[in-house]
Amino acid sequence: MKEPPRWLDEDAGPIVRPYALIRGRTRTSGEVFDLIASVTVVGDPAPHDLEPEQQLILRAARNPISVADVAVELDLPVGVVRVLLGDLRDHGLISVTSPSETGPRPNERILKEVINGLRAL
Amino acid sequence: MDSVLSEDPVALKILIAGGFGVGKTTLVGSISEIRPLRTEEVLSDRGVGVDDLDGVETKTTTTVAMDFGRITIREGLVVYLFGTPGQERFWFMWDELSYGALGAVVIADTRRLTDCFPSVDYFEQRGTPFVVAVNCFDGADRHSVDDVRIALDLDEDVPVLLCDVRRRTSAKEVMVTLVEHSLRTLTSAN
Ligand SMILES: Nc1nc2c(ncn2[C@@H]2O[C@H](COP(=O)(O)OP(=O)(O)OP(=O)(O)O)[C@@H](O)[C@H]2O)c(=O)[nH]1
Ligand SMILES: [Mg+2]
Repeated sequence: MKEPPRWLDEDAGPIVRPYALIRGRTRTSGEVFDLIASVTVVGDPAPHDLEPEQQLILRAARNPISVADVAVELDLPVGVVRVLLGDLRDHGLISVTSPSETGPRPNERILKEVINGLRAL
Repeated sequence: MDSVLSEDPVALKILIAGGFGVGKTTLVGSISEIRPLRTEEVLSDRGVGVDDLDGVETKTTTTVAMDFGRITIREGLVVYLFGTPGQERFWFMWDELSYGALGAVVIADTRRLTDCFPSVDYFEQRGTPFVVAVNCFDGADRHSVDDVRIALDLDEDVPVLLCDVRRRTSAKEVMVTLVEHSLRTLTSAN
């Protein structure tokens, strides 16, 4: 994994190699975020001492975005993203809502909507 | 009908499984904007310096790419597709992915049918609704469907269908068949 540093945008700075970024940690203290859990920015302006990747996450999550989409947007492995998300949540900067928290298993009406939506693709 | 209309966003998860080179990536790409999602496989528990940065220790991991697709049905209703390698050593990913999954598509190639055995076993054991999509590589025909059903010893209610996942209409039919099957499973469980 000897990729050269990449710049995501002007002020983000170089992306350090992923595991240096999270200092070898592989999981957050709490639960493991589902790949389709929804990440949303909450609360106050972000502190300035965040890693560039964390700033990018906050930017990406102005509108709700899934954990998997965050990983794709930042081009980082899911495990690294989960640690970064855990830190951001511990700092009260984001909320992470797992799909099971938003209600019961998908009901008949929703599945019929999905079927019609797929047919219309 | 629910009196409360779903204001809460709904996110659904569908798995695409099957042996190497069977058409998983093609299927996801035919019906959604596909993007590679990197996930990691832990190879060792021993802390090993991963690079020359001082004091940085990590587990040895290798990155595994998964197919990741998203279909927006409407605002607040999104279906996510995850295409995963069908080998047993990737089951650590499946355990996570199949949790709460709406269902799974197992793609089968009649020339290498045994390749999809682990996937079928897995979803049967987990109770995840699944369909078997027989990809029309050379020579697959109607008979293949019955042969596959017998060879895989599938329950009668498990749909088996022929497909050419390079074609969007065919890929759509596979997905619709799966969600209809999930719906039947759901309603018969109530
Ligand atoms: N003839 C035919 N070829 C197909 C069909 N579906 C996929 N292919 C071809 O088969 C090859 C493998 O397809 P992929 O979608 O990459 O398969 P995969 O399951 O993602 O493969 P791995 O990720 O390597 O396990 C590609 O060259 C496809 O073009 C099909 O329905 N018919
Ligand atoms: Mg593939």
